Amino acid sequence: MKQFFGKEGTKNVLSSLISILIGLVVGGIVVFIVGMCTAKITPAAAWDGVRIIFAGILTTGRDAAGALTWGFNAANWGNMLFRATPLIMTGLSVAVAFKTGLFNIGAPGQYLMGTMVSLMLALGIPSDVVPPALIWIIAFLGGMLAGAVWGALPGIAKAFLNINEVLACIMTNWIAANVVTWAFDVSNFKNMVENTKSGYIYKTTYNGVATPKLGLNHIFPGSQVNAGILIAIVFAILMYILMNKTTLGYELKACGANRHSARYAGIHDKRNIVLSMAIAGALSAAGASLYFLSGNTEFFWSTYQSLPAIGFNGIPVALLALNNPIGVVFAGIFMAMLDVVGMQLTNLTAYNEYITDVIIAVIVYLSAFSLVIRMWLSGKKKKTANTAPAAKPKAEEPTADAVVAESAKGGENA
Amino acid sequence: MTFLIQQTLIYAVPLMIVALAGVFAERSGIINLALEGIMIFGAFIGVLFVRMMQGDAGILAAKQAGDWLSLQGLELLAMLVAGIMGAIFSLLLSFAAINLRADQTIGGTALNMLAPALVLFLVRIIANQNTLQMATGDSASWFMIKKTALGIDKNTDMGFLFETFVNKVYLATYVCILLFVILSVILYKTKFGLRLRSCGENPQAADSLGINVRKMRYIGTTISGFLAGMGGFVYAMTTANCTSNGDVAGFGFLALAVMIFGNWKPLNIAGASLLFGLCKCVAAAYSTLDINGDGVYALANLGISAHLYRMLPYLITLIVLAFTSKKSRAPKAEGIPYDKGQR
Repeated sequence: MKQFFGKEGTKNVLSSLISILIGLVVGGIVVFIVGMCTAKITPAAAWDGVRIIFAGILTTGRDAAGALTWGFNAANWGNMLFRATPLIMTGLSVAVAFKTGLFNIGAPGQYLMGTMVSLMLALGIPSDVVPPALIWIIAFLGGMLAGAVWGALPGIAKAFLNINEVLACIMTNWIAANVVTWAFDVSNFKNMVENTKSGYIYKTTYNGVATPKLGLNHIFPGSQVNAGILIAIVFAILMYILMNKTTLGYELKACGANRHSARYAGIHDKRNIVLSMAIAGALSAAGASLYFLSGNTEFFWSTYQSLPAIGFNGIPVALLALNNPIGVVFAGIFMAMLDVVGMQLTNLTAYNEYITDVIIAVIVYLSAFSLVIRMWLSGKKKKTANTAPAAKPKAEEPTADAVVAESAKGGENA
Repeated sequence: MTFLIQQTLIYAVPLMIVALAGVFAERSGIINLALEGIMIFGAFIGVLFVRMMQGDAGILAAKQAGDWLSLQGLELLAMLVAGIMGAIFSLLLSFAAINLRADQTIGGTALNMLAPALVLFLVRIIANQNTLQMATGDSASWFMIKKTALGIDKNTDMGFLFETFVNKVYLATYVCILLFVILSVILYKTKFGLRLRSCGENPQAADSLGINVRKMRYIGTTISGFLAGMGGFVYAMTTANCTSNGDVAGFGFLALAVMIFGNWKPLNIAGASLLFGLCKCVAAAYSTLDINGDGVYALANLGISAHLYRMLPYLITLIVLAFTSKKSRAPKAEGIPYDKGQR
């Protein structure tokens, strides 16, 4: 038992679980306090809200008496997997950049560029000439390429001009938001047929393009789930192999741990920084492609004043997973679960879905000093288990502390 | 021309004051990426305050009587409340960054996510919709200084200067400019300012001379939070008709760009915010903009899309970053948690 708790991996999972728990508790407290302070919310309704925050994925609605009912809700589980798809991809994007010591806050911009190119290709290529399956592949790859190019820009700025990648990413995000709005503004993909849908682009099903369901819709009837989640999981496994089993992955991590000693060891640090950002960009954009090529999602194109939340939510996913690609899958599904919880909260109580964003923000806030939590965890273990064999000194993974050092270096020169 | 100057000022002033907020934090050694979040929070608090005060009989009577001075007082009070709450909100960042030695970039991102989420959550519960508005009336009728309020007939022409800088303006604009000047002087010409800046350049050396680095950094981020919160409300009042919807259209990030473009120096920041404010103004109104009053819409005739003007500030900043990154005046120790033992 002691050995199990002494392991680095266990500690990491434990620290993430503690973050999640604290986040949920804070969310619960906010819901409770707001319920108490608001006249129209009864204590019973506030208690319902708290229960949904902790176990909303298991709610099935309300019975005739108005009490919450619990059980397996297939539509909710399916929607959770569907919403997890882009989150896993943007989470992978942020995680890969983190491993190279870069904070990819540019995921929203890359996500938007992927959205634009994917949708334009999926809607622009005539489906009576090219088979829809081929269009899907072209649109998916095209989106990824656009994201890679967009991600590489801050990478180039960082590697060759020594610009802090956080600042470069923020600028490219807003440039992307304007470019995408501009491009769709002059395009003819705006949905003019359905008058109720002003400001939206056609669904890709308009051109017959949609991600196959692969029978998942029979397991989770009534949900939007499709094969995208499987593709995302495959990407996670591929990234795990890339980062841990290949020379390129080793070089990227070496750059993240210490860029200067990596260069001393003969690694092309500049090339690797650009490459890492390009991979990160491609992953974010792939998330957008999987989300919008599903055929049942619509894109609101006039986005120049706001950036997509899914892009930013890649940051908490990566932080919760401690940048482990396999962990990203679970963290992504957890975040999607919060999303579904938010919808349940809106549908079943007087509260609304934004409380889940509060929970997510609390988790990000906690992970900013997750190192302190982990030190506290291991400190406590040492006190209680003095006689236990000392944990083997393990090579520190280039996680938060490496990022701090790196951004500090960037800050000097920015 | 009058319209152009007034609109540019309205956009430029929140940018200027929030960029100065960024300077205060960064000069003390803390990267304040949370400017956007604090602005959103400040805007919400300010609007909520105005909305609550509008329920007060005395305030309503003052409005009925056309007592514009007390309405200006309400405006200033709302700015103060928004600033104080912004400062309190920013303590979340300084606590994480200074006491827990957390990653400031991630901490700032957390605040940027927390503010809109919390604000929208509360707005939906308070107002049953995604936008919190004033209880009655609109921003212009309550807070804008007009000729009629000053006892001058609507149709008298008072000359260019009066029409531009006194008629149809917000007091907040001038308060912000005044604050900007005072605080810049404090930061660059006083003992306190020198001490604060030393903590952002070389905290170890500052500490060895008896300066309390932690305290200085707390002061820096708290002033930063105050200015950003106030700037958020000024933005909401002057450009968003005193509404709060968990969004300030990226002004916090734009202010960050202003700060970088202005190379962390007040005069340059004032210039940069005017330039970016002009971009915003042109993007919003270029099709009806008549610069010299000859009835020709010169900018509309150029045929440049509004999207380009919107993009321009970010593009310019990126290009400027590219050319000046070698001789940047960014504080040397920003973003590094202070460690006494490190030299």
